[in-house]
Amino acid sequence: MKYLLLITNDPNELAAMPADAANAMFGEYLAFTQRIQASGEMLAGDPLHDISTATTVRTRDGVTTLTDGPFAETKEHFAGFYVVDVVSLDRALELAAQIPGARTGSIEVRPIMSYSE
Amino acid sequence: MSGETAGGADYLFRRHAGEVIGTLMRRFGDLDIAEDALQEALIEALVRWPREGEPRNPAAWLVSVAGSKAIDRLRRTQRRPDKEAAAVRREPVPADDIEQLAAALDDDRIADDQLSLILLCCHPALSHEAQVALTLRTVAGLTTDEIARGFMVDLATMAQRLVRAKSKIRRAGIPFGLPDRSKLTDRIDAVMHVIYLVFNEGYASAHTDAFIRHELCGEAIRLGRTLNALVPDRSEALGLLAMMLLHDARSPGRLDDSGELITLEHQDRSRWRRDQISEGMAIVDRALAFGRPGRYLIEAAIAGLHSGAPSADATDWAQIDVLYGSLHRFLPTPVVALNQAVARAMAHGPESGLAIVEGLVADGQLERWYLLYSTRAELLHRAGRDREAAVDFRRASGMAPSETEQRYLRARADELG
Repeated sequence: MKYLLLITNDPNELAAMPADAANAMFGEYLAFTQRIQASGEMLAGDPLHDISTATTVRTRDGVTTLTDGPFAETKEHFAGFYVVDVVSLDRALELAAQIPGARTGSIEVRPIMSYSE
Repeated sequence: MSGETAGGADYLFRRHAGEVIGTLMRRFGDLDIAEDALQEALIEALVRWPREGEPRNPAAWLVSVAGSKAIDRLRRTQRRPDKEAAAVRREPVPADDIEQLAAALDDDRIADDQLSLILLCCHPALSHEAQVALTLRTVAGLTTDEIARGFMVDLATMAQRLVRAKSKIRRAGIPFGLPDRSKLTDRIDAVMHVIYLVFNEGYASAHTDAFIRHELCGEAIRLGRTLNALVPDRSEALGLLAMMLLHDARSPGRLDDSGELITLEHQDRSRWRRDQISEGMAIVDRALAFGRPGRYLIEAAIAGLHSGAPSADATDWAQIDVLYGSLHRFLPTPVVALNQAVARAMAHGPESGLAIVEGLVADGQLERWYLLYSTRAELLHRAGRDREAAVDFRRASGMAPSETEQRYLRARADELG
């Protein structure tokens, strides 16, 4: 089954992180990514630019409006994602717990719908 | 919780659900399909068993008949573009494999399937509410209506809860099967917590219906026995079972004829169920051989000291005080601290117990907690400070959740002026 592992964190908290801790975290991300690439479980995954680069799009009655910023004003934001193909939810949860961001923010695990089934 | 009086399919479902649904789940991968098929098979059993006699191996008979029913139904729906049909298209069903499935059922296989089913129902990705509801429905085989009454929610809410839980299992891909050994302990902890919640709902809830309370405790004990049969020699699982047996053994003495709560010290101990107490205490002794005691075994040991004592005064309160201290390390809650206060008061005088209670009161976070004030009231009374005690009893009676307790606390306040 395919799952989206959605990484959410508080950018202020990350900004306050000392440089060596941030570097260590980056290294862990790299290692994690390489691990799930090697195991064949990773389909995609990347970090996102911060919310100052976000644009939210809404179309109502044929009229499209653009808003600068994310769709909801919250302290925590989407920061990155992985798409994995694994045997079951248990494995997806196990991988999510290994994402470094799970320690500072949280990871939402969502099964991806498949129309081919 | 109509038990045997319901007779018919509900009764048979309750008897066989736990041992058969696991195997059907393994084969069909869907709880709804498994449950519906078992229901159909039980209706056939109601007709055939009285005529032909109960089969030598009812579980295998039910798996075989329910399996055929499920295959028939899946074939009928195969042309429909829905999820059930999709499940079948993925994996075509050979006509005779269900016979093999039934024939290959031995005790080990049934036990593995049953444990897998319990672990599935108590999967940590489900909410506690959902875990409890699913376990009672699927493993214990209660009807949705019975579970709704047990947890004081309306039938529609409980039905919805079960639908959502099963939908999450299906759509989120919660796996059916035994986890790695390294994960088994955590998963069994989750099962124990669910059993504990069921027991507690029966034992400590504000439920006005004594019959429902009794049934919930009974189901929790039954689940505890099942768990211990499936994963033997685990000290905490044994501790949980012993703890439930020892508490439940005292239930005949807990309420008087008019339904009023009787405190432990005033209970008629001759009404306690002695055989159940002996069983519980034997399990505590056995559990101590399998590793360091955790929260359930410590609670069982405390319950054992109460149940084995001839009277409140002749109870080993000093030992209970120590055990609550150990329990507090696993479970640092105000309830545990309060119980320790009571034990210490009995062992070393009311003032030493009051010191613990005053600490909790000073903490300030528990202002609406009636037990804090009823306990302080009791200790103040024992210390001869009746006027202060009456104030606390009255205060507690205004906060108590059940009518029985409100009446009891008001009576105590009136009695002290």
